[in-house]
Amino acid sequence: MAQVVAVTMTVNGVKSTHHPEPRTLLVHYLREKLGLTGTHVGCDTSQCGSCTVHVDGMAIKSCTMFAVQAEGANVTTIEGMGEIGHLHALQTGFWEEHGLQCGFCTPGMIMSSADLLSHNPNPSESEIRHALEGNFCRCTGYHNIVKAVQNAAHSMAQSAMAQAADD
Amino acid sequence: MYTSEFTYHKASSVSDALAQLASNPDAKLLAGGHSLIPTMKLRLASPSALIDVSSLPELRGIRTEGDTIIIGAMTTHRELEFSKVPLLSEVARLIGDPMVRNKGTIGGALAHADPSADYPAAILALNAKIKIQSSSGARVVTADEFFQGMFTTALAPGEMLVEIHVPASVKGAAYEKFAHPASRYAVAGVAVVVHSDGSLRAAVTGAGDHAMRLTKLESEGVSSACKGLVSASDLMGDHFASAEYRAHLVDVMASKALARAK
Repeated sequence: MAQVVAVTMTVNGVKSTHHPEPRTLLVHYLREKLGLTGTHVGCDTSQCGSCTVHVDGMAIKSCTMFAVQAEGANVTTIEGMGEIGHLHALQTGFWEEHGLQCGFCTPGMIMSSADLLSHNPNPSESEIRHALEGNFCRCTGYHNIVKAVQNAAHSMAQSAMAQAADD
Repeated sequence: MYTSEFTYHKASSVSDALAQLASNPDAKLLAGGHSLIPTMKLRLASPSALIDVSSLPELRGIRTEGDTIIIGAMTTHRELEFSKVPLLSEVARLIGDPMVRNKGTIGGALAHADPSADYPAAILALNAKIKIQSSSGARVVTADEFFQGMFTTALAPGEMLVEIHVPASVKGAAYEKFAHPASRYAVAGVAVVVHSDGSLRAAVTGAGDHAMRLTKLESEGVSSACKGLVSASDLMGDHFASAEYRAHLVDVMASKALARAK
């Protein structure tokens, strides 16, 4: 009988405990134990970035991390970013700028872009392209993805300014 | 892809990790996992146990003692990228992609000693020292002693890389790499450092079976023309780049790095 380990983590604000094998990858834990299938398995070799989620605020590739390594962590997946009627600025940006075609890479693109905007709220085009080096898109040619991130950066700056004016 | 089965132990301290390692010679230390986990998924490695040392506070962080910067082995590439450590901050920015840099660690990368990894050239050019610990004590080796061959280092079974020591200041330093267009690994990457005593050290990664010093460039000094620095017969050739092409790339990358470092 394979070893199982108790793993407790908070995913999109909800804390839960499961008992995966140590070899269970975080991406499979999220998809199969928690039913959060917005995080995708693309290349499964830590290159394409479609499995990107945040662990304690930082974007990581969940196909290259065991679930047990996220013990005690705060995890955010695409499902935790926004919801219908209250989309995250990046989700709106990808919609407005036609930043996706098939959409397979989009959850990972958004999670990586959110990491970028958290430490660089006004990135240049080349900074966006450098930050998205670990996310592959086979449809768009990346051009509209860059515009989507710029759109989100702009609207996030505007809401921050509006917020500051209210305070 | 799933790895083979293994048992998982989260180490509570360096001494706990070393005791676990001593009791199971088949166990592997898990750092950022960005070399080990892909290797395990491909079943090129199937250790029966993993000892997770990635979050040990005693192995994390960057501090300065006198004229030396001491980098904990579990410091991530991202932490180095946003640090002021000479040369290594520049090199870290070129490793993989942001998600890889958020997890991968300098200690894990050096212990893995991939022949195309970026750090080894910088570590050799910086004349860094590597602190190694085992259950019987600690020892310090030079960068020249550390890298011994393809995926082969001075680390013996039961030993663990705990710290990297680099000079706190240098006169100039630069790293230039020709990255593989898909993997971003170095097809040839050259680091050049002008040390505070004026001495020049240079090294290349990606071109041979392990990182090595560029002794011709070092003896020619800052006025080197960077021509014929290495012989193709000492380099690797594969379907990405022939040994002759890599030898040419070494000259080009060295010339660019030297121009920025001097």
